[in-house]
Amino acid sequence: MAKYYGDLIFEKSVEGRKGYSLPVSPVKDYDMDENLLREEEADLPEVSEFDVVRHYTNVSFKNHGIEKGFYPLGSCTMKYNPKINLEVSKDPRFTSLHPYQPVETVQGILQIYYETQKMLAEISGLDTYSLNPYAGAHGEHVGLMIIRAYHEAKGDFKRTKIIVPDSAHGTNPASAAVAGFDVVEVKSNCEGDHCDGTVDIDHLKEVLDDEVAGIMLTNPNTVGMFEKDILEMAKLVHDAGGLLYYDGANLNPILGVARPGDMGFDITHINLHKTFSTPHGGGGPGSGPVGVTKELKPFLPAPVVRKAGDLYLVDGIGKDSIGQVSHFLGNINVVIKAYSYLRTIGKDNLRDIAKLSTLNANYVKESLKSHYKLPVQEICKHEFVFDGLKDNPHGLRALDVAKRLLDFDMHPPTVYFPLLYREAMMIEPPENESKQTLDAFIDIMKKIAEEAKEDPETLKKAPLTTPVRRLDEAQAARNPRVKFKDLLED
Amino acid sequence: MHKYLPHTEKDIEKMLERIGVSSMDDLFAEIPDALKGVDLDLPESLSEIELREHFERLASQNEPLVPFMGAGAYDHYTPSVIPYLLERQEFMTAYTPYQPEVSQGTLQYIFEYQTMITELTGMDVSNASMYDGATATAEAMFMAVKKKRKKVLVAATINPNVLNVLRTYAHPRGIEIVLVDEADGVFDKDDLAEKLDEDTAAFIVQTPNVYGIIESLEGVADKLQDNKSLFIINQDPSTLAYLKTPAEWGADIAVGDCQTLGVPLSYGGPYIGYMATTGKLMRQMPGRICGVTEDVEGKRAYVLTLQAREQHIRREKAKSNICSNQSLMALHVTIYLSLMGKKGLKEVQKTSYNHAHYLKSMLEKLPSFEDPFEKPFFKEFTLKTTLDPDRINQVLREKGYLGPLAQGRFAEEKKDLVTFAVTEKRTKEQMDEVIRILGAM
Repeated sequence: MAKYYGDLIFEKSVEGRKGYSLPVSPVKDYDMDENLLREEEADLPEVSEFDVVRHYTNVSFKNHGIEKGFYPLGSCTMKYNPKINLEVSKDPRFTSLHPYQPVETVQGILQIYYETQKMLAEISGLDTYSLNPYAGAHGEHVGLMIIRAYHEAKGDFKRTKIIVPDSAHGTNPASAAVAGFDVVEVKSNCEGDHCDGTVDIDHLKEVLDDEVAGIMLTNPNTVGMFEKDILEMAKLVHDAGGLLYYDGANLNPILGVARPGDMGFDITHINLHKTFSTPHGGGGPGSGPVGVTKELKPFLPAPVVRKAGDLYLVDGIGKDSIGQVSHFLGNINVVIKAYSYLRTIGKDNLRDIAKLSTLNANYVKESLKSHYKLPVQEICKHEFVFDGLKDNPHGLRALDVAKRLLDFDMHPPTVYFPLLYREAMMIEPPENESKQTLDAFIDIMKKIAEEAKEDPETLKKAPLTTPVRRLDEAQAARNPRVKFKDLLED
Repeated sequence: MHKYLPHTEKDIEKMLERIGVSSMDDLFAEIPDALKGVDLDLPESLSEIELREHFERLASQNEPLVPFMGAGAYDHYTPSVIPYLLERQEFMTAYTPYQPEVSQGTLQYIFEYQTMITELTGMDVSNASMYDGATATAEAMFMAVKKKRKKVLVAATINPNVLNVLRTYAHPRGIEIVLVDEADGVFDKDDLAEKLDEDTAAFIVQTPNVYGIIESLEGVADKLQDNKSLFIINQDPSTLAYLKTPAEWGADIAVGDCQTLGVPLSYGGPYIGYMATTGKLMRQMPGRICGVTEDVEGKRAYVLTLQAREQHIRREKAKSNICSNQSLMALHVTIYLSLMGKKGLKEVQKTSYNHAHYLKSMLEKLPSFEDPFEKPFFKEFTLKTTLDPDRINQVLREKGYLGPLAQGRFAEEKKDLVTFAVTEKRTKEQMDEVIRILGAM
């Protein structure tokens, strides 16, 4: 039984079966030039519509999702994806619009786009936003190209370096490299082996010079610590002629409390799929709008949506713009969902998101620090990091704890990140999670910590109840089989 | 509290007590006062009833037109099964499959998607998706360039938006983009031969191109191979139901936008870029790749593989910075291709092909239109017109149609060229009405 449902769609294919219906066209058949045609048909499955529905329903059962259970994946802000956002975004008056329809026929969707730009600017304390970038990392890439364009416009071509903290998300240094910069790492404040991920200001001073184009920071950082000295750091970077880039992955706990623009950041990206509740979709489509100060506005990518009188307009590439970074205006349907969320939350509830995500994180941290190593004792923001088990006579790893959690229908934290700790477990319990859910998680985490002492084999074998057990990942990389036909060759 | 927030006052009290602070404000004590207390200029929250009304007003400000335009976004039908399945929370609310034991659903459909892309393109390996066709092409360019080879030749017949994205991505990396001239609606092979040199990392061509013309790529791969340059083909994957594959043309990298596989127009996104390559270049490819392995009990299982290419492992040495991609849209494409199957995809594309050829043959009979190129095309074609393209669009718009793309949008010297696209969704009645309207102009 299980085996049958586990098959690939290709293994269910039966010649002659079909899952579509099309109108019969009265138009005659036109010939195709034989020389332009492929030799063999693409081997796509032949299945009925019901075959498809049952197949993908069963495929879905093998996933954990946030509606099924707790999902405290650090730096990913796995919050509830409200149903109303999905419903309004599906209106055919949004989904059937061609991107080149005349602006007079798309005023409603442009109003959403424009007002989202405005609201994001207000929330983050910047002048305006481009909603073109498709994801957070795409936003980073775009933001870094803006930094370069700014320096080049001033005739300054020597600024080839971007400073990135050692606690930064992996996308930060990768984006800097993709944008053609050299990456300079700045150290975290450490006492012994305990680092809190905040930037070591003395080291920052050392690495700042006239070749630095800017610095990328997330605040609070990946350890959940707010950079207390952010104003001083901003001054140092600006005095050295550099710009500050804000990685918005961790914006959730400061919503309505403090704004990146006021901290001195010149450029931000925001992850609509994190902070503003749009579905993560198993890894996209996301949306990574980029915001800038007034000074940097001319460099934003095109197309840009603006308002002239009562009319919303779409502008092409301006003279100083970095150019185009997307074929059209970006992941619009994701933007619609975020807009719906922003209007539902409103000014009156925004700050509660910050407060409750911070409350949740500190509650879990304080409740579990007796069982897990807590490298940073201070109040955290929306997330924090444990460095493995506290009492660990059998030398179990963060991975073992993570895998055991799966047996309790809870998604594990982000493990082995940030890189500051050997057994990092980064926990982010978003604001929608109730005290009851957190208490259940705390109980399970304690139980696992006890198991680690008394029954280490269970942890090593975990998970025991999931659709598949632990995988041989090395085999997959050694002998990559990446399509159905690779399996038939075995 | 808002309905999305479950905390009662009592909960908060107990939680603060556990933390050992007396108030919520204590949780934010380290944030400098200078940063706090900004009064935001934002609208107040709306109830669900008010939000629906607000959205009704917004939606009513849009007027969907019946498209006879493509230009990178094509009006193919989306079967009802797709949105239904996509909305399953297991697919929609999950994130990147970092924990494979509870992400087999996502990983399996990525594996199926990769398989389908390799079937369509004939290439050895596909990744799990890129943002769109334009950025996928730019990533392919990055794959090709080397320290000593930083020139990329691009056929002038490529969609100008794709070219714009290439230029944006290229500039900071010191990549030089050189256009290969256009001759009669296709790229000029002689000019390609002339511009190919030891600095050339790759040649990028789009087929069908910006005019809808199917480029002839005979002999291109050999020339590039002799020069050790990569061959990158950007192709609408739906046309691969019939057309010669990038693999058959000898491509090293195939890219394009899968919007044509039943993805709704949605005013430009989300769509999904694809990228496929040869086994030889697999480890140079950006993005996620799903592979097959076994669990400890010997059961077939799927897992992200070759992750040493990726940003979360390699940081600044990664092949790309891509993290979130368009995963759910990959599922969209996978379900679409499962429903359509071998025969259905061909039927949809043949109908689109027939419709486009019918419309063109009828328009050509009008005195105001002629074919300046006379080259093979698929579902999009370009005509020279004596009419004003803006007026064509104005008149068609009054009847509820989105008229052809005016090529003058991209280049002033092409202002008498208009490009129509026709899919299986357009009826003969609609085409005949357009023909009548244009005939009366």
